Amino acid sequence: MLTLNMAIFLPFLASLLIPFIYRRHFKIHIGWFVLIVPVILFITLITYLPQIKQGDSFTETLNWIPTFNINLTSYIDGLSLIFGLLITGIGALVVFYSIFYLDFSENLGHFYTYLLLFMGSMLGVVFSDHMMILYAFWELTSISSFLLIAFWYQRKGSRYGAKKSLLITVFGGLGMLIGFLMLYQITGTFSIRETFELIIPLKEHILFTPALILILLGAFTKSAQFPFHIWLPDAMEAPTPVSAYLHSATMVKAGIYIVARFTPIFGGDAVWFYAVSITGLITLFWGAFSAIRETDLKALLAYSTISQLGLVMSLFGVSSLSLHPTITINEVLYTQAAFAALFHLVNHSTFKGALFMVVGILDFKIGTRDIRRLGGLMLFMPISFSIALIGSFSMAGLPPFNGFLSKEMFFQAMLSVNEFDFFSLNTIGVLFPIIAWIASVFTFIYSMIIVFKTFLGKPKEKKLSQAKEASFGMLLAPSILAIFIFLIFIFPNVLADNILKPAVFNIYPNLENNYFEPIKAWHGFNTELFMTMGVVVIGTVIFAFYRRWNIVYKLFPKFLSFDALYNNSLIFFDRLAKNTTSKYMTGYLRHYFQYVFITFTLLVGFTLFKLNAFSFSLTGDEPIGIFEWILAITIIIAGISMIITSSRLTAIVINGYIGFTIALFFVLFRAPDLALTQVVIETVTTALFLLALYFLPRWEEKRAPVRERRQNFIIAASVGLVFTLVALSVKSGRLFTSISSFFEDSDEKAGAANIVNTILGDFRAFDTMLEVIVLFIAGIGVFTLIKANKKRGAHNLEDK
Amino acid sequence: MKINDLILRSVTKLIVFIILTLAIYLFFSGHNAPGGGFIGGLVLASAIVLLLLTYDIETFKYSIPFDFKIVAAIGSLIVLLTGMGAVLFGKPFLTQSFATINIPFIGLREISTVTFFELGVALAVVGVVITIILSISEDV
Repeated sequence: MLTLNMAIFLPFLASLLIPFIYRRHFKIHIGWFVLIVPVILFITLITYLPQIKQGDSFTETLNWIPTFNINLTSYIDGLSLIFGLLITGIGALVVFYSIFYLDFSENLGHFYTYLLLFMGSMLGVVFSDHMMILYAFWELTSISSFLLIAFWYQRKGSRYGAKKSLLITVFGGLGMLIGFLMLYQITGTFSIRETFELIIPLKEHILFTPALILILLGAFTKSAQFPFHIWLPDAMEAPTPVSAYLHSATMVKAGIYIVARFTPIFGGDAVWFYAVSITGLITLFWGAFSAIRETDLKALLAYSTISQLGLVMSLFGVSSLSLHPTITINEVLYTQAAFAALFHLVNHSTFKGALFMVVGILDFKIGTRDIRRLGGLMLFMPISFSIALIGSFSMAGLPPFNGFLSKEMFFQAMLSVNEFDFFSLNTIGVLFPIIAWIASVFTFIYSMIIVFKTFLGKPKEKKLSQAKEASFGMLLAPSILAIFIFLIFIFPNVLADNILKPAVFNIYPNLENNYFEPIKAWHGFNTELFMTMGVVVIGTVIFAFYRRWNIVYKLFPKFLSFDALYNNSLIFFDRLAKNTTSKYMTGYLRHYFQYVFITFTLLVGFTLFKLNAFSFSLTGDEPIGIFEWILAITIIIAGISMIITSSRLTAIVINGYIGFTIALFFVLFRAPDLALTQVVIETVTTALFLLALYFLPRWEEKRAPVRERRQNFIIAASVGLVFTLVALSVKSGRLFTSISSFFEDSDEKAGAANIVNTILGDFRAFDTMLEVIVLFIAGIGVFTLIKANKKRGAHNLEDK
Repeated sequence: MKINDLILRSVTKLIVFIILTLAIYLFFSGHNAPGGGFIGGLVLASAIVLLLLTYDIETFKYSIPFDFKIVAAIGSLIVLLTGMGAVLFGKPFLTQSFATINIPFIGLREISTVTFFELGVALAVVGVVITIILSISEDV
């Protein structure tokens, strides 16, 4: 059986393999090979189910950097199992679907490499217990999402969408990283599970609220919550399997996972409750409201995803109330909200996945997904129509589909809010069900738009009448999801007992009451049911008169939108960076040297002065010998003549002379290693200088203006002065104890008598390794800088 | 005026081998005496620089048909891999080990994984120096 750590790394391993086995003219679609991975993982995760149901959890630790207590701890409990099953289950369906969606002409190698990379990192996010590891996987999901959105990188829209999603999600991710570091400051552990217990007496800590807000920033950007939702519609440029997988079923739910996972830590706090529930509600409303305006089916689904994510988010906000100290945890009232959230999360994955796949089929078969050009497809594509109908009705919250059940529970949770006596909720809590209800009306309307504008009515274009139903393979994956939509409605408690309830206990570790009301489709004429009926009635009316009122959308000027804010700030920062850079990057080497030297003198000189570090004493010095005098005097003469010479060649030779003389000094002071190195380096550098000489323009006899020369003189003199002072101080005073004793027994420790090399190759080998890498990068840098120009005019793949 | 560099050419032919020998000597002596991967690599590079100064690039490329970018890459890779080697034995990254063994005909010698590490350093140095010099001089 696969161990848990292996399960995370299996997709990574597979994605490493793909470049080696993928060939463009492969007879078998590479997707079949990829499909094995999620299927194996899904089965592996299913085997955990019986024990998880008992309330068990599994941990597996692989020591990575034990010195810093960074270990790969995989942790699986009910909550992560739900997400794990979604990632692998929907993943398997999406891979299967993509086999028919993407044909051999696409770069399948890239596609599946990125997809597996995503799958692995997403599993890493939900199975990691260590916050830093979680963060690393978190950013990896952003990167693989970036790569997948830009899969058709020839399109301008794809590149724009990819960049937008990366900038926004990584921005939030960095916030989350700082939040994790703050939590570490408070509790002293990076383990999420240990934080549960340690945080309880520390909620008054000054960093508690900032950490909370920053972690939520990461969650909100990832889950496309208002006002960070703007990246999701643009991410729809990705191939449809990617949209179905990353941007509706899994990646965008990572933020929700974080909120659920951190509810035991932050739950009960007023800021947490308000931030999560209000943001969720605004997102729910705004997403649903904006969806109706869209004519592109995928953009419509993107906004609807935003809206549904907001719904789940607001439920988690409400559920956090049950951790408030005045509430006894065993009251069902608010824990039921978390239950509803998880239920809707699963339901959303089923119906949204199915809808995305149907839209993909339309796009694939007809070549457009613009509802202004579609219509009347019911007769030609009956199976697609049925799936779309099931998906949309479930999304609208109608029976007999799973969306109805979770929607009713959502209303129930929202109605319960104003029974809470704190956070002044008994007054403004009334707003919660009202906003929820209005948003649901809009949800109903856009769900109807998807079905009726696409499949009913008259075909708006001729080619629609020739449309044919998609192949069996393409329809299989959405059909399975549609069947699940129906099955979950009929047997909701199978899902609830086996998967959802264990997860709720993970969100509330102290929950003892294991009683949840079993989900029932019919629970009498109560407020929730009337709300749903109201949604249907009002929604139908508004939908019928859509043309009369859609003018509302023109009331918002474009330049005030968040998209405009994003675009303008991007342009602003671009310009700012360009202006700043062009101010000091003059293209003259002498200016750059001036910056370096001035900074150096000021920093070092200031430090020397400030710390009173200068000391000078001649006591204990050897008398200066005759050789040393001679060498020093020749260096001084050489230095002066280098300034006054009028030939570059002479200057270089004199420079070389100074270098070799220094090597002689090393010989005098019995440092053969240094002397040897100095001699060889001087040789090679002189050769390089001579080479560079060839490219320099002719030496001009013109002398620089007096002011500039005076300035240069001051800089040169101060550099010389500071260097001399530093050298003298280093010799005379000892600020630190010597570390040389540590290396004295190099012969026993490393088996080498040469201490210098032992330090380089053994004691401090890490430094040397990095230096080698830096050297290598520098070499490649020089090579590309010089050679890159030669290959200009390569075929330009990008469109504008 | 045609430059008469007969003396330089003749001397180079002979002296390059002396420098190369010195480079290899320095490389191996680094364990217990002055020398080592960095210096050995630099001396080796300086021998090649001498060749380049004396002969033209075409002749050089004909006689030493290496891509020095790849030499540098291999060097860096060796450095990394010697570090990884220790990990395989459960030691921290970059732990070096050594042993004294009896090699037939040579006698008691100390061998150490540092030698591989130093080899990587030397190759990286040679590769980078020659890459830089070649790309600048080919830019003419």
